[in-house]
Amino acid sequence: MKQRLQELKEEALQKIAATENLRELNDIRVAYLGKKGPITEVLRGMGKLAPEERPVIGALANEVRQTIAQEIETKQHHLEQVLLEEKLKKESIDVTLPGRPVKLGNHHPLTKVVREIEELFIGLGYTIEEGPEVETDYYNFEALNLPKNHPARDMQDTFYITEDLLLRTHTSPVQARTMEKYKGQGPLKIICPGKVYRRDDDDATHSHQFMQIEGLVIDENIRLSDLKGTLNVFAKKVFGQDREIRLRPSFFPFTEPSVEMDISCKICGGSGCHVCKHTGWIEVLGGGMVHPNVLEMSGFDSKKYTGFAFGIGVERIAMLKYGIDDIRHFYTNDTRFLKQFSPLSK
Amino acid sequence: MLVSYKWLQEYVDLSGVTPEDLANQITLTGIEVDQVKKLDAQLKNIVTGHVLECRQHPNAEKLRLCLVDIGEEEPVQIVCGAPNVAAGQKVIVAKPGARLPGGLKIKKAKLRGEVSNGMICSLEELGFESRVVPKEYADGIYVLPEDTPVGIDAIPLLGLDDAVLELDLTANRADCLSMIGVAYETAAIFNQAVQLPKVKENSGNGDRVEDYVSIHVDDPEDAPLYTAKVIKNVTIGPSPLWLQNRLMASGIRPHNNVVDITNYILLEYGQPLHAFDYDRFGSKEVLVRKAKPGEKIVTLDDVARELTEDDLVITNGKEPVALAGVMGGANSEVTDETTTILLESAYFNGSTIRKTSKYHGLRSEASSRFEKGVDPNRVRQASERAAELIAELAGGEIVTGMAEFDKLEVKPVEITIELDKLNTFLGTELALDEVTAIIDRLQFTFDVAGETITVHIPSRRWDLAIPEDMYEEIARIYGYDKIPFTLPEGEQTRGRLTDYQKQRHIVRDVLEGAGLNEAITYSLTNEEKYGQFALNQSEPIRLMMPMSEEHAQLRISLIPHLLDAVSYNQARKNNDVFLYEIGSIFIKQGDNVQPKEVEHVAGVLTGLYVNHPWQGEKVPVDFYTVKGILENLFAKLSLDHKITFIKAEIDGMHPGQTAKILLEDEVVGFVGKIHPEREKAYDVKNVFAFELNLEMLLSRELPESTYKPIPRFPAISRDIALIVDQAQEAAELEQVIRKAGGKLLQHVKVFDVYEGEHVAAGKKSIAFTMEFYDPERTLTDEEVNQIHEKIVTELKNFGAELRQ
Repeated sequence: MKQRLQELKEEALQKIAATENLRELNDIRVAYLGKKGPITEVLRGMGKLAPEERPVIGALANEVRQTIAQEIETKQHHLEQVLLEEKLKKESIDVTLPGRPVKLGNHHPLTKVVREIEELFIGLGYTIEEGPEVETDYYNFEALNLPKNHPARDMQDTFYITEDLLLRTHTSPVQARTMEKYKGQGPLKIICPGKVYRRDDDDATHSHQFMQIEGLVIDENIRLSDLKGTLNVFAKKVFGQDREIRLRPSFFPFTEPSVEMDISCKICGGSGCHVCKHTGWIEVLGGGMVHPNVLEMSGFDSKKYTGFAFGIGVERIAMLKYGIDDIRHFYTNDTRFLKQFSPLSK
Repeated sequence: MLVSYKWLQEYVDLSGVTPEDLANQITLTGIEVDQVKKLDAQLKNIVTGHVLECRQHPNAEKLRLCLVDIGEEEPVQIVCGAPNVAAGQKVIVAKPGARLPGGLKIKKAKLRGEVSNGMICSLEELGFESRVVPKEYADGIYVLPEDTPVGIDAIPLLGLDDAVLELDLTANRADCLSMIGVAYETAAIFNQAVQLPKVKENSGNGDRVEDYVSIHVDDPEDAPLYTAKVIKNVTIGPSPLWLQNRLMASGIRPHNNVVDITNYILLEYGQPLHAFDYDRFGSKEVLVRKAKPGEKIVTLDDVARELTEDDLVITNGKEPVALAGVMGGANSEVTDETTTILLESAYFNGSTIRKTSKYHGLRSEASSRFEKGVDPNRVRQASERAAELIAELAGGEIVTGMAEFDKLEVKPVEITIELDKLNTFLGTELALDEVTAIIDRLQFTFDVAGETITVHIPSRRWDLAIPEDMYEEIARIYGYDKIPFTLPEGEQTRGRLTDYQKQRHIVRDVLEGAGLNEAITYSLTNEEKYGQFALNQSEPIRLMMPMSEEHAQLRISLIPHLLDAVSYNQARKNNDVFLYEIGSIFIKQGDNVQPKEVEHVAGVLTGLYVNHPWQGEKVPVDFYTVKGILENLFAKLSLDHKITFIKAEIDGMHPGQTAKILLEDEVVGFVGKIHPEREKAYDVKNVFAFELNLEMLLSRELPESTYKPIPRFPAISRDIALIVDQAQEAAELEQVIRKAGGKLLQHVKVFDVYEGEHVAAGKKSIAFTMEFYDPERTLTDEEVNQIHEKIVTELKNFGAELRQ
């Protein structure tokens, strides 16, 4: 019997080694280890053996059985591995082929600039106010210390709809409207982005429609230095930490004193080049301390309150920031232009 | 305002200050200097010469051969093409080696066989603008005065060793429309004194001016001060070179000595003057009044102008002889024959002059000054100084006295400032003596009481009236660069977006996430596009004076200009165009009432929405692409359950592929394909568009988010396929299903639509999948079957057939 078991073992191991597929292997399992298999048969015949031989043969049969089972398992694992590898090989693709495109759109570059500025000022405690694009003469001019026949109205060539209605020439009327809303009670910190209109022929540097952001702060003890500090924060955020600002006196009827803000030229770093007209500085925006007449007209006591205001030309910022050379690009909406302004770029 | 650096030095000591330093400092303290023009930048080897002989060039009809003495041993031959060259003239010669503005290099040359040792120059060739060159030399060389020495450097002679600063003056700084004004400004900046021109005492010839002229003003408000002087026995001729040079440097063309002097004084004092020919004036009476309607005048520019009742005119009692403050009349112009001058110096109301100048489209050096204001205290000074110069340079005698009408009240202006307020306002810590030192530099007088300073504002600074004006004066002279950087220190405010603004950001993010790029188009449109695609019609709102018909009225739809953008892109082979815009439309509310401005969002989509060719996927945009994007938007805004799409006919849209969109029961927008005819008109192809009233979508209380438990029990689904008429809309069937399905029916969705084989003509098959769920327990098949049966019954009642 011993011999028989040894033979079975040899035979089975040979067959296992020879097989190359899982079905055959399973057949081998059934043939040798199944209930009707030869080893089971040997074990069944053990009753005929002498009692002292039984444990010896039993142990041997179990050993043979285990060896075969283990070999089958090893082989099965191996065959499965081979199969898997074949399958994976078959499934292999060219990862360098282009992916299925998912369309993505962008903010318009002007919106991108507006949003960046909005985020900055919200962080500084400002809210965003909006106002009508068709304004009354009162809010666009008179409430801003520009009575009829004021010579400075020359500076604002206006699209009139009627004697009294016009397309706003700046976002400043939102100042006056918001101040009225606050009923003489500060503090007030707002920025007002929006579209404005002027009677200009459209060319590379002029557009009859453009965007502005007005800023206004009113409180007790607001100082000219606060305007300077605020504009400095703005300039560094929008144009970069390495840029310097300077203020120059200027004139707007609704602020006194009025200033223009320049930033140091990025191209030449201040030494002078054609971009900055050899001055080292580029004019960016205008602002000033709110004129007491403007405060009073909108219900604020100019003895108690002071304030500052500034007006940012959004196109100008975008042109300086991104190096855009023609203002008409903003309104032609060429998709090759619009796709260039990723939300993450600075 | 053009400012000659050399001339300015007559009033202020600028030693050690280069023109560039000067420009930089003036810019930083208040007046932007646009450019510094150095006239002599490249000019050398340019000398005076004497034309000894002048004869015809043998080989060229238009050329002359000139023998010119240029102060060298031998006279030189120069070929000259100017028509006005003649023997005996003193001229400007560019010698070989000279370089002229614009880079022209002069060399010894042969012209048509004749040697030319240089060039006789015109003023333009030396860099003067043709608009300032005296008319008699406009087409030829410049002829110098007879007494000019020969062979000397012509650069200083012509005042070309100078620099000219171009000041860009803001409306408030009209005081710097004069050399004296600029001198005060410069003196303050550099802490210098101002040397004012000295007017010599001239008591006149003893005649009484009253015997020559009387003055009457009908409109004292328009001409509160009018003065006249008379100068007799003048000889009209060219001005001396120094005077002509200064005028040309300042951008004014020299005419003759008298006119040049009036212009010179205008530049020096900022006070416009006018010289009439006394003998041609037509009377001994100056009457200043408003013009009568229909009255005419020919101005000095030879234009006949019809006047209106708004125009102020100077008359001789009968007819106008000048348009007050703007331009003189041709009938009383000073000519070469003039011997007696009537010199006007007046103070006119700025807005009157502005109106006239604007109405007639006529701006002059005089009108631009009156418009912005002149110093009332210089009216007489300027006249005295001009009379004296005329006497000196045109050889006249001054009639004693000044005829005048004076109703001008000049109120002294005082501004009181307090030191602590000043420092609080500026954010500075200036000491009292620092402040008074600055006021001193401005040459304003003042009184100090404690820390209160009362400043007496001189009449030359009529722009200063309130304390803030003085704060600015002090700050700018102190230096804006020395103001510290601070941030507001008051009560904290909360920065935030409104709910509307937040939702608008979401709208952008959803649309951009779906592949649409944001566009911005013009709000002004033309008559044809106006009204197209409009959700709400409105009476047009037109501009009074549009720049062009293209941009003449306010839009009521965003789609027309977006289609223009599509057309622009398709013409450039950008075929996949996906754009959206957020902007206002304008609905008229009445003739003099602000329109209702409603924010809309619109989009245009054309081309391939999916473009993945190597896997064979090319999906062009269709109605359902756009609808899907909008459904996504509504879902993101938590509006999906309130929105329905209903087939609709809308102007300019395809009648079979357009839906209006309802928010609850109100139309909030539409979506669809552009009508083929409209596509043709815009030159675009296969465009889908939508437009929504953003304010209706976003103007509401934001809902609160509350947690709903995740389903714990399995849902059961059933499919149902129906045969219905081809025109049957899915939404109606869905409604029937929902109604019959009751509470337990959670979802209904179309999963198949089919027409063709196995379906009768005129019919279609449409299949729904339904999901049943009870949050409290597991549903049994039996319960679901019962509901399903009910749904089937209701569908059959509705007219649908079950597909077997």
